[in-house]
Order: sequence, then C-alpha cells, then structure tokens
Amino acid sequence: MSHLWGSRWSGFGFLLLLVLVWEAAGRYGWIHKLFFPPATKILASFFQIVASGEVLGHVGVSLWRAGLGYGLAALVAITLGVLMGYWRVAYESLEVVVELLRAVPPPAIIPVAIVFLGIGDQMKVFIILFSCAFPILVNTMDGVRSVDPVLVRTARTFGLRQGALLWKVVLPAASPFIMTGLRIALAIALILVVISEMVGATSGIGYFILDSQRSFRIPQMYAGMLVLALLGYTLNRGFLLVDARLMAWHKGLTARQR
Amino acid sequence: MLEVRELRKEFQPLSGQPVVALGSVSFRVESGQFVSIVGPSGCGKSTLLQCIAGLSRPSAGRVLLHGREVTGPPEGLILLFQEYNKSLMAWRSVLRNVRFGLENRAGMSRVEMDAEARRYIELVGLKGFEAHYPWELSGGMQQRVAIARALVRRPEVMLMDEPFGSLDALTRIELEDALLRLWESLRATILFVTHDIEEAVYLSDRAYVLSCRPAQVIEEIEVKLERPRNQLTTREDPRFIQARRHIFELISKEMAKG
Amino acid sequence: MARFPGKGLAVLLGCLVLWEVLARQSGALALYFPPASQVLATLAAILGNGELLDHIAASLLRFAEGYALAAALAVSAGLCFGLWRPLYALFEPLIELLRPMPSPATIPIAILFLGIGDQMKVAVTVYACFWPILLNTIDGVRAIDPVLMNTAATFRLGPWERFRKVVLPAASPQIVTGLRVSLAIALILVTTSEMVVSNDGLGFYILDRQRSFQIPEMYAAIVALAMIGYGLNRLFLTLDGWAMAWHKGLTRKEEIL
Repeated sequence: MSHLWGSRWSGFGFLLLLVLVWEAAGRYGWIHKLFFPPATKILASFFQIVASGEVLGHVGVSLWRAGLGYGLAALVAITLGVLMGYWRVAYESLEVVVELLRAVPPPAIIPVAIVFLGIGDQMKVFIILFSCAFPILVNTMDGVRSVDPVLVRTARTFGLRQGALLWKVVLPAASPFIMTGLRIALAIALILVVISEMVGATSGIGYFILDSQRSFRIPQMYAGMLVLALLGYTLNRGFLLVDARLMAWHKGLTARQR
Repeated sequence: MLEVRELRKEFQPLSGQPVVALGSVSFRVESGQFVSIVGPSGCGKSTLLQCIAGLSRPSAGRVLLHGREVTGPPEGLILLFQEYNKSLMAWRSVLRNVRFGLENRAGMSRVEMDAEARRYIELVGLKGFEAHYPWELSGGMQQRVAIARALVRRPEVMLMDEPFGSLDALTRIELEDALLRLWESLRATILFVTHDIEEAVYLSDRAYVLSCRPAQVIEEIEVKLERPRNQLTTREDPRFIQARRHIFELISKEMAKG
Repeated sequence: MARFPGKGLAVLLGCLVLWEVLARQSGALALYFPPASQVLATLAAILGNGELLDHIAASLLRFAEGYALAAALAVSAGLCFGLWRPLYALFEPLIELLRPMPSPATIPIAILFLGIGDQMKVAVTVYACFWPILLNTIDGVRAIDPVLMNTAATFRLGPWERFRKVVLPAASPQIVTGLRVSLAIALILVTTSEMVVSNDGLGFYILDRQRSFQIPEMYAAIVALAMIGYGLNRLFLTLDGWAMAWHKGLTRKEEIL
C-alpha cells in the first residue's frame, strides 16, 4: 500500500473517490438534487449530447472562431513584436498605445465589437484576435530584445542582410519566447470564445453551457463543461507536443544548463 | 574528535543496480586540525561531506562527533558549499546573511547579533559592504560572506566542499590565505574537500587521498610544513613538492584504473 | 525606466486627432465612433454626476474580495503542494482536469448555486485567479535550490523557521508572478460576470449602454475601465518593485553576465 501513496495511481484513485462522493451526493440529495445531479446522470448526458452530435456542432463553431482569431492574432502580433523589438523607433512610437489598449480587460471590448460587427462570428473573431494579440506581442518583443548581440554580430560578419538576419537569426533565437506567448494566448483564446458566446451568440460551446443552465437542463450543463474541459486539455496537450517538436533544441539547452 | 567509521553509501537509481558511492571510508580528525580530502572528480567527496554533516543518511557505518553518533545536522558543525551564489540568500543584505548564522541561537538580542555579525564581516575583510546584496559582490567576496556566516556561529568543525572550486586562480590564492589566517586565529577544526592537490597540501596538516568510486581512503599524508604558510616559499619547499608529487601519482594511478 | 515616452505620446495624440477628424467628417461613423472629445466630455459628465462612481465601486469591491481570497487560498495550497509531493500526486489528475477548462464556463454553475448577486461574481473571480497563483507557487517552491535547503539544514533551522526564512522568500518571485497574472484575470472575470448577469458594475454599465445605444457613455466607461486596469497594474508593479527589489537587482545582474 505504501508504494501507492505518492504515486500517480493515488491521484486517479482520489479522483475516482471524488466522483463516487459526487454520485452519492447527487443521488441522496446531500447538496441539492436538482442543481447537483449524480455523476452517472452527467456522464449519461455527456454521451447523449456527443452521440447525437448536438454538442459537436457547437464545439466545431467555437473551434473555428477561436482558431481564426488565434491565427490572425499570431500573424499580426509576431510581425508587430519583431518590428517593435528590433527597431527602437517602432517601439518608442507604439509603446503608449499598446500599453493603453493592453490595460482594457478584453470583455469590455465586446460591446464595441457588437456595435461595429454585430453579434456574428466576426465580432467573436475580433475579440479573440484583440485579446490574444497582447501576450504574443509582448513576449515576441522581449524575445527579440533578448537575442544576444554577439549572435547578431556573428551573423553580420557572415554577410547576412537585414531580411535574412531577421528570418534566419533573430526569429529562431526569439522563438522560445514567442512560443511562451502563443501558449498563454491559447488559454486566453478559449476563455474569450466562451465569454463572447455567453454575452451574445446562438451557437458555440459557451452558448450551449449558459443556455443549458437558463433552460434548466442541469445535467446537460455539466456535460457541456466536461466537453469544454476535455477540449481545453486536448488543445493544451497538442500545443505541448508541437512545442516539444519545434523547440527540442531549447529544451535540451535549458535541461543542460540546470 | 570527529571520527568516520567504515562509512558506506549506496544510491538506488530509478532502474538498474544500486550505485556504491562510498565503499568503506574511515578516518579521524583531531580538534583544531586542518584536514583535507583529495580525490579524483566524481569519487563521492560531496556525498561523504553530506553524510558527515548529517544531511544524508549513510547506508552503513557511523560518523561520531565527540563520541556521539551523527544522525541529523549536529550542533557545532557547519557545511560550506562551493555554490556560494546558491547558498547565500539573495533577498538578504550581507549583514543579514551573516546574522542568519546566529538567528536561531537562543538568548541573543538583535543588537548583539548585528554587532557579532559586523565583527565577522570585518574579519573576512568585507567591512563597508554590510548593506550590499550578495549578488552585487564578486564571487570571491560572496564566498567570504558565506565563510563569515558559518564562522559567526563559532562552529567547532567546519566542513568545506570545494569552497574555492569556482573562483579564478588569483582570487583563490587570496582566499586560501584568508582562510588560513581565520583558522589560526579562531582555532576551529576544518575538513576541506578539494580536487586541487596543491591546495590540499598548501592548506592542511594532514590529507586523506580517496580512491575512485566506490571511494576508500588509500593513503594518509602528514604535511610537515611550517606555519604560517607562504604562497611562494611554501610552494617552493622540497617537502611541498614531494608531497604534491606523491599525491599526484596516487591519483593518476587511480584514474588510470577507473 | 524614467525615460519620457515622447514619441509614444505623440503617436497617441496623433491617433486621437485622426479619430476626432474622421468622426467629425461622417455622421454615420460618429454614431458608432463618437469623436474623442465627446467621449472624454461624457466621461467627465458621468464621473461628475456620480453615475459611474457607484458602478466603479461595485466592480472594485468584487475585484478586491475575489482577488484577495484567491491569493490567500492559492498561495497556501501551493505551498502545501510544493512542499509535500504525495499531496500533489493525490490532487494532480484533478488539477490537470480543471486547469485547462476556461474559467468563464463556471459562471453558469455559480449562478445555479449562488444566485446572480455578488457572491456568484466573487466566487467566479476566485476560481479563475486561483490557478495561475497556485501553479506558480508550486513551481516556485519546487525550484528552490537543494543547496539552499541544505544550508538551512546545516544551520539547524526548525521546520517553521525553514519555511519562514527560506521557502517563503525563495519562492516569492514566482508567487508574485502568479499574483500579477491573476490581476488581469480578476478584472476579466469581474467584467464578464457583470455582463452575463447583473444590475450594477462596470461590465454591466458598458453592455447596458451599448444595448440602449448610448454609445458615448459606453466608450467613456471603457476608458474608465482601461484606466483602472492600468492603475491597478502600475500599483502592483510599484509594490512589487519595493518588496522584490533584491530580485530585480539579481535578475538584472544575471542579464548583464
């Protein structure tokens, strides 16, 4: 028994125990029978909404919005971040505007986006773009600035011109920072897609969860949250896999330095 | 006063056979002596010190301090590490780092502790740097702070784990002489681990030479050189050269074996 | 640090002037995008007549309660998890499952159990802020160098002293990082929960003015919110600069080397 304590299995055992307690609490109404349905009922609802394809449509819509906003944000923010990190003038000119915009909590932009873009997909994509851009921008900028001048000078002595220098030296050297920004932005994209779907939408996983609560289909609400948790977990795992592939050199380097 | 009897230490790696770091190490250190332990790199010198300091339990054998077995960090014994930048507290000034050595002593007021700390800071030659943070100082100065922090407790025994190993050659010479002066005026017992043969001969009354892993004492060498020692005359003394040559041959033979 | 951002302010001013000119050119645009001067005048008006102050106070109170509670809970839990591995192993799958779920998804549950009042908003804020602080605290404790812990042991520090004099200060830079990340998250969650269901607070005010098509008021409140966010961040950085001066110096030194 003692070897189980502290191992991975202890955690899964504990999780199972919690689910059982949940089941009992729901079944015997220890908390609130309606608000807190037994785990089996939630699982049944989960399989039902997945099997019927009902929730998959919502997940697809959410993923499309999040993906588009995130992709655009990466494109814009990395470009801008490299510019601001590399050319002092660009940084000095844009820093105040960036600092001010960054201070706005992204949900506050939702009403503005509704005014301009309506409550459709465009609005949500814009919100995600806006909120994901800042972490990527700031990290890219830091990354470009932290590129060792020796490296840049070395590249210059090999006769690299500005464009090649950026592409072959600065961008790869800054990439660990950029990946950090992209990882933070991934979580933010998910948060904002849910928020924007809660505030104004008729589709998407955020809408599905809030709508289930409002129409009092409680097991379905929990099932929707489970879907969302799994989605978040999968996306994060996927990101880490890609990161490990692309950044293998950096992982090795930092492991070595320890 | 400090006795190590047939000390053995094994480590169990995650998979495979246990690694025997210390085979069977035995030696004695008399009160007030300066004793060195020399051995090839990776022979388990640090492990030995950790066991003597009570930070790590030996697999077999005993460490006796004044005839009492060491089971945890004993009173009156301090271990000083090579990595001064990690063992000093970056958030404390030099004064407060040195005061740390006294803080868990009962019956001392803050004022008394500070006065005592200042005295030792002066002794190690850092007067005027009390308010600096350790990381504002050079490596040699940082190790002086660590030495003051250890000595302020008036330990009977000071264990030093390659304390000058990461300093440049000139700083090293400076600190060797500073350490000898402090040792002569404070009459502490020092057990000094190093892989630098000349350093061991220059500093010690006696040197124990360790074999390759699993470590054992292969020879005990009395160093009969006058004190105070001198970087020029001592190192040119035929007895110094002879001792150095002897230890070098022993270790070369060991390294050829392992 | 104290460099005056002259170019930056000039660009900002340029943007504002461009906005002003464009909005004045076209009436249709001004409807959605009223001139900067009008937004600022509206801001002054709604601040002056106290209309906005109540909403600001409501939001700030929720923010403060949620943030403080999350900090207290997450730092304590993080220290326990960081120091005691078996405990972390016990909770790891649960943490791994809950952490990647976008926190606004908890709003519907919170409504269910706590209603639509302040409790719900505070609870959601606590939940969202909990994770970054927790994970950073755990990392901070784990990253403490063994040499430092061994030094504490050779100086015969008791468990409590070791915790107070070594673990807590050594982990503090990471804890502060978590607290800083959560600061922005707390504002997001307060605003969001007020948008989803509320009758006061800045989030409610902004969305409500949009719905009733009082566009200058909407922009004015967003500007106020941005200023609050900026102010809170600045305040945090100032406090951080005092408390963590040693760490700033240390990292700056390491960058130079």
